[in-house]
Amino acid sequence: MVDFVLNGNAVSVEVDSSTPVLWVLRDELEMTGTKFGCGMAQCGACTVHLEGQAIRSCVTPVSAVAGKQVTTIEQIGAAALGELVQAAWIEHDVPQCGYCQSGQVMSAVALLQSNPNPSEDDIDSFMAGNICRCGTYIRIKAAIRSAAAKLA
Amino acid sequence: MSYEKIMQKLGRSYNAGALVNQPISRRRFMKIAGVSGLALGIAPVAVAEGDAEGKKQGLTPLQQPSEFLQIAEDGSITIIVNRLEFGQGSHTGLARVLADELDADWSKVDAKLANAGDAYKDPLFGIQFTGGSTAIAHSFTQYRELGARARAMLLTAAAEKWEVDVSALSTNNGKITGPNGKEAGFGELAVAAMSQPVPEKVELKTPDQFRYIGKGVERLDTRNKSTGQQDFGIDARRPGMKTVLLIRPPWFGGKVESFDASAASSIQGVDQIMKVDLDRDSVGIAVIADGYWQAKMGRDAVKVEWQHVDDIDALPDTTKMAEQFTELLGTDGLKARTSASLDKEVAKTISADFTFPFLAHTPMEPLNALIEMTGSGENTRVDVWTGTQFQTFDQGAVAGVLDVSPAQVTIHTQFAGGGFGRRATPTSDYLADTAKVMKAWTAAGRTEPLKVMWSREDDVRGGYYRPFTMHRASIGLSDDGDVVSWDHTIVAPSILKGTAFEPMLMKDGIDSTATEGVADSAYDLPISVDVHHPVTAVPVLWWRSVGHTHSAFVMETLVEQIARAGGVDAVDFRRKHLAKHPRHLAALDLAVEKSGYGERTLPDNQAWGVAVHESFGSVVAHIVEVSMDGKNPVVHKVTSAIHCNTAVNPRSVEAQIQGAAIMGIGMLLSGAEITLKQGQVQQSNFHNYSLPRMPVVPEIAVYIVPSQDPPTGVGEPGLPPIAPAIANAMLALTGEPVTTLPIQST
Ligand code: FES
Ligand code: FES
Repeated sequence: MVDFVLNGNAVSVEVDSSTPVLWVLRDELEMTGTKFGCGMAQCGACTVHLEGQAIRSCVTPVSAVAGKQVTTIEQIGAAALGELVQAAWIEHDVPQCGYCQSGQVMSAVALLQSNPNPSEDDIDSFMAGNICRCGTYIRIKAAIRSAAAKLA
Repeated sequence: MSYEKIMQKLGRSYNAGALVNQPISRRRFMKIAGVSGLALGIAPVAVAEGDAEGKKQGLTPLQQPSEFLQIAEDGSITIIVNRLEFGQGSHTGLARVLADELDADWSKVDAKLANAGDAYKDPLFGIQFTGGSTAIAHSFTQYRELGARARAMLLTAAAEKWEVDVSALSTNNGKITGPNGKEAGFGELAVAAMSQPVPEKVELKTPDQFRYIGKGVERLDTRNKSTGQQDFGIDARRPGMKTVLLIRPPWFGGKVESFDASAASSIQGVDQIMKVDLDRDSVGIAVIADGYWQAKMGRDAVKVEWQHVDDIDALPDTTKMAEQFTELLGTDGLKARTSASLDKEVAKTISADFTFPFLAHTPMEPLNALIEMTGSGENTRVDVWTGTQFQTFDQGAVAGVLDVSPAQVTIHTQFAGGGFGRRATPTSDYLADTAKVMKAWTAAGRTEPLKVMWSREDDVRGGYYRPFTMHRASIGLSDDGDVVSWDHTIVAPSILKGTAFEPMLMKDGIDSTATEGVADSAYDLPISVDVHHPVTAVPVLWWRSVGHTHSAFVMETLVEQIARAGGVDAVDFRRKHLAKHPRHLAALDLAVEKSGYGERTLPDNQAWGVAVHESFGSVVAHIVEVSMDGKNPVVHKVTSAIHCNTAVNPRSVEAQIQGAAIMGIGMLLSGAEITLKQGQVQQSNFHNYSLPRMPVVPEIAVYIVPSQDPPTGVGEPGLPPIAPAIANAMLALTGEPVTTLPIQST
């Protein structure tokens, strides 16, 4: 049994402690906003926040989050920065298929949290771990820039 | 034969063979009982303009009521979209089209995806599918007529209620207004409108009356997709459902000899491990467990002995394939096009061989399908939740495996996380496999619903790639630079050959999905094309823009070399040889104007690159600004122009051109290739199969040629001309033509 805090609520799951957080979220807790894309920390679709830091939940065993705070796409909009980023996403009409976007938003929030005024290069390198097969990168960048402008 | 034609024939043959013959119906409407408000169904008419065969065919009447539009009493409107939404935006686009003619209040409109059903078949092709960039192009008039008919019914209902003549009434953004300040919302009149006859004829708006068509709008799914609320096929659940991972053979067509599941079976959460028949006569193993992780642990623990292959060196190997294909390039093939040479002396020859690798689609959402089978005998019911581009065929395939009729199979179309062609398999591979697992499961006496998942490794190694393809061109030029002759040979495994569609779709043995873009090139040049379709064991499939993925590269880089040899500017050469194609010229001219090509000087280390290409009815020109970083191009800026006639949602058109161009830039990236050795695919996941990521993505400015003609394709046409435009800039910078993709940077 592993206990952690998910989106502000204490949860307790009865799973093998090596189970990745991704599958605990999706299969055990039926919270499917966090997506599976590669299973090996290559695409960023599964990005969640652990104590405010972006992590790839597909390679993070649930034992590693025991007693800690995990935030997912379902709750990120409840915080001011998350709300701002999601509003920028909507304003720029970012998603195409949308499948990568939970992860993109989670990464973007983590970026702006640590670096509220990122340069082009900062954005490129921070977001390089998130693949968008539909190629929405230009709008993702524009949305991050406009969210950053609002933070300034 | 064009891709369009192929799909059209395919639909026709399918309907002729697979559905009960019924008299030809003209447009038919159905009012739906039991729905509150107005609901409208329409049987599409399968008539291709000027096509005698098509006119005769017609479609069978609706087997059961189907609806396209519901207006609830509170005025909210739901539009049912007959296409898969997998990024391209037709879910919003078609709703916009209908809402425009209906004169609906857009803020009250939502859209839903249609399940498999006769009403939702493509009005031109007669099958339910999404592909070939046809969603808006084929359903534009259909959805306009639906909106106009519903509007007319609302007006008649109001006229009856207020006892006035219809001519005294008008609609205004979701309301009907009449004399003496009378006003009613669509919702208030919906029930009365339902009992009105469906008008046979309606007048459609003229383009200057459009309120929504042509105006950029936020997509209906943007909010859900930005907040994690959008469900995809992979998110579908049923009570008691189990998760399945398959063990596929290490080479295509392999079979299990024996397996040891003892270690795997003892893993907690693993339920069953069974041998199953799979796609392409292979035999694999299904690991059925409580969830994905348990299934994966179980799968990793199964030990499989595969049936012995006598000659392992005879299995597909891309190095050998390149040698075999090169040999074929030197021999006569099937004649896809013949042109007479000019009566001039050849002073110079341009010769080149081109090589294009297998490419995997890798949609971000790995393939999956959830299947449930209930009832028995004649009352058996099969439900499938999946994101598919090919509902009509998939329904038949699932029915075939489970020995029920297609009508007993309900396909619940789910939003899909990309597809790019991978969800449109003539063999319905992933759905047939899903049904095969269900068959084995029920044979074992089990009844729980099953969700068959693909890992990324399954996807990358699973075949159905863009075919490995080679081209050879030998072009004779006169001393004044004219093209005297152009001998072109293509070697490409056929996508259609070996499928059930081969007999009806391939003409004289030629698969036009391999020759499109060359054999039908718009350039007024004396091109002759031979084609070979070698058979390999590697399954191949259409990959966003199909044959144009390679043909545009070959054509546009060759044209560049010809222009250079004659000392002619790249744009001038194209203008001259496309003089009879006004849409090509319009797109090219717009890109030239907006980019500043010929006006603006680039930094010394940069060069311009130009390409223009028609596909799926639209023409796209890309003009790029490029420098080199070692052997790799760095793209600084792309200026794109598309001629797609009416752009229903220009914001979506922009997104599609950008997305397609980025996917096309990806074709150049080192590591963007699938290779095989002794039958085994060498790549497995995104660490060794490269996809474009943010740092390689340039600014891409998209411009749309203004037009009021009916829309043409948008999802694919942005892809073909980008890689050659970049290659042309690389030629200017390095003096070396690019002839092999991807670029080998090491
Ligand atoms: S699924 Fe975790 S990074 Fe791709
Ligand atoms: S929007 Fe489709 S993968 Fe990013």
